[in-house]
Amino acid sequence: MSMTTEATINELAAQKYKYGFTTDIEMEEFPKGLSTDIVRLISAKKGEPEWLLEWRLKAYAAWLKMEEPEWARIHHPPIDYDALYYYAAPAKAMPKSLDEVDPELLKTYEKLGIPLNERAALAGVAVDAVFDSVSVATTFRETLGKAGVIFCPISEAVREHPELVRKYLGSVVPAGDNYFAALNSAVFSDGSFVFIPKGVRCPMELSTYFRINARNTGQFERTLIIAEEGASVSYLEGCTAPMRDENQLHAAVVELVALDEAKIKYSTVQNWYPGDADGKGGIYNFVTKRGACRGRNSKISWTQVETGSAITWKYPSCILQGEGSVGEFYSVALTNNRQQADTGTKMIHIGKNTSSTIISKGISAGHSNNTYRGLVKIMPGASGARNFTQCDSLLIGDQCGAHTVPYIENRNASAKVEHEATTSKIAEDQLFYCRSRGLSEEDAVGLIVNGFCKDVLKELPMEFAVEAQKLLAVSLEGSVG
Amino acid sequence: MNALPTRKLEAWRYTDLRPLSAISFGTPPVAATAPDLPDLPFPRLVFLNGALNSALSTGFTHAKPFAPFAVRGTQPMALINAEHAGEGINIEIPAGQDAGELLLVSQASGTAPFAFHPRHRVKLGQGAKLTLIELDKGEGTYWQNAMFEVEVGQGAKFQHFRLQQESTDAFNTTSIHADIAGDAAYEHFSLTLGSKISRTEIEANLLGQNALAHLNAAQLLGGTQHGDFTTIIRHKAPNCPSRQTVKSVLAGRARGVFQGKIEVDQIAQKTDGYQMSQALLLSPDAEMDIKPELQIFADDVKCSHGATIGALDEEQVFYLRSRGIPEADARQILIRAFLEEALEPVTHDASKALFEEVLESWWGRQ
Repeated sequence: MSMTTEATINELAAQKYKYGFTTDIEMEEFPKGLSTDIVRLISAKKGEPEWLLEWRLKAYAAWLKMEEPEWARIHHPPIDYDALYYYAAPAKAMPKSLDEVDPELLKTYEKLGIPLNERAALAGVAVDAVFDSVSVATTFRETLGKAGVIFCPISEAVREHPELVRKYLGSVVPAGDNYFAALNSAVFSDGSFVFIPKGVRCPMELSTYFRINARNTGQFERTLIIAEEGASVSYLEGCTAPMRDENQLHAAVVELVALDEAKIKYSTVQNWYPGDADGKGGIYNFVTKRGACRGRNSKISWTQVETGSAITWKYPSCILQGEGSVGEFYSVALTNNRQQADTGTKMIHIGKNTSSTIISKGISAGHSNNTYRGLVKIMPGASGARNFTQCDSLLIGDQCGAHTVPYIENRNASAKVEHEATTSKIAEDQLFYCRSRGLSEEDAVGLIVNGFCKDVLKELPMEFAVEAQKLLAVSLEGSVG
Repeated sequence: MNALPTRKLEAWRYTDLRPLSAISFGTPPVAATAPDLPDLPFPRLVFLNGALNSALSTGFTHAKPFAPFAVRGTQPMALINAEHAGEGINIEIPAGQDAGELLLVSQASGTAPFAFHPRHRVKLGQGAKLTLIELDKGEGTYWQNAMFEVEVGQGAKFQHFRLQQESTDAFNTTSIHADIAGDAAYEHFSLTLGSKISRTEIEANLLGQNALAHLNAAQLLGGTQHGDFTTIIRHKAPNCPSRQTVKSVLAGRARGVFQGKIEVDQIAQKTDGYQMSQALLLSPDAEMDIKPELQIFADDVKCSHGATIGALDEEQVFYLRSRGIPEADARQILIRAFLEEALEPVTHDASKALFEEVLESWWGRQ
């Protein structure tokens, strides 16, 4: 590699995390640590009904008996769950309109480029912004209301639509599903609730921006999306977090339910603080995401671009129960410096003629480790099921690792399962071709990586696709060589 | 005895040894029946119930007296083997010699369940050559837990062809640990037809530049048989190729397993790893579990794997039918073609002929 490129690399490597700033807002905090008292306190604070408190306590009891999973290819110092805060919210009361929102907060959103005001209208995006734990602003409620769509913080849904929440909460990811899901079930603070009634096509793309802000505050969002018969919705989730030295735990749970002919598209761009070049700081992102295709011909599609977090532990999955239901997983996971990602999907084929597609692109640079871990399971009843999986890994530099751990289990002879995986580095001839056309090495690498990820990026909604491409280039720039 | 592995161990998640642990195995009885040996004009070493039978063996120039040796690695079955220190072959081919072929026959039979734990050692000096044809057969309930310690010296070539036709009441667990030096080759092919439960576990270490490992297998299973082929190829030097083709044909309620891990160390630049596993499910109750795994720490590598599981391709069936071939015949032709392909990695003519004959008779029974 040329000297000039190396100079550029060093320059870029020294770049600070672009979104690393914090907002000074008075925080209302509970004591550190976790106990039944804290669980009761969270529940009381939110004025939750008895059944939900019981559900939380049951989850907490289950969590106490569980052990932190060790099977993923990730390493971190032990997490002291008693040193964390389990609830934090801006101290002021819930604002009724944007005018009432803390100006500091609005400034933060502006820095993040969240289209909350007019820009939101132009972009056609309704935003349920989660600032730490309480949703503080929700727009476009009326438009959505006219269509019969419910899009609100889940704490509000518990009050306003208890029957829906009670029916679906924990029905896809049970309270004791896994260590982090159990923890989330016990202490979840807030999150989004989406309900699309029968036959409704959601008039706009729904979007939530998450932001971790309070020092030492674990974030435990809970998202629940239900699409009734024939309904459809596209949901966007985007994340940035301020720069912190301490590692922060994030254990979210996302549940999707699709009934007959319903379609849910869930897109994520995850760009939380990854820690510095030496692996100091950064977010621990331990997320359980799962969708249930309960109805005939229902469809759930996960698209994710994961560039942030010190550690990503995330397996958005589909339970394909309804006859003819479809599951999709499109993923780009990019790790640089000391980042660790262990991500993939599970496709569980239960119903007849179910089909799933998995496209995973992993890019490792610096000293990072990037693992694809996935399961395709065809149950005996899933006649005519079909799966196609492609996982490709790209290595940039010889200090990083790229790993592939797919599990394929087929118990039905009429099912067809195909799996392909490749690992390679950026081809010299491609680089040479680009450079001979006058592109700098940096630009050439950016171009090739974007091409490598094209199959996934094209699945993203417009707003995200642009952001994601920039994100890939920025995340990579410091590492080429 | 060291504990048998349970499904809680990640490497054993698809193979349940409880049917084996439920049986109490005694020591091997003195064998009564003489084995039917294949008509192959090669020197042979014949083991009856785990003991070398010199009357039936021809002797082999490079066979040394058996001497127990320390077992390396931490595979649970190898540890159990180490504990029992059974008899086995001890072959050393001096540098530069082409030792030709050697038949290794194991025949087991007895009335009460028994177990034997052969420990084999094969060492090839620099530039040496050997083709080992291993035949495992038997009747009744028994457990063969074999261990192979293989060393392939610089530029040497070791072909290892196995035909496992144990009794369907028997258990066969075989662990192979192979160290392969620079420019050397270890070519392995296992054809598995027998055993109630079987598992072949191979660890191949590519230690020098241009070392090569071919770990191929075919499994033809029916009834309630369970066959597991598990491999780890460790690329520990630059420029090493590894190749794997694993084919399974599953009838009845049979269950096939393939777990193939390729590890590429940071030093192993220019690694070229390829792995393909395909399974044909002939009955609605058959099951196939595949776990191909890549662990890569070098950047200038080319590694890929592919896996397919399914029934016969209906388009191919249609193509043949459109040429006037009745459906039943068309299906038969396609299954035969799949099996033929499975034998492609066997480059040794006499072995291939033997495998083909066995395949023919398996097919006749289905």
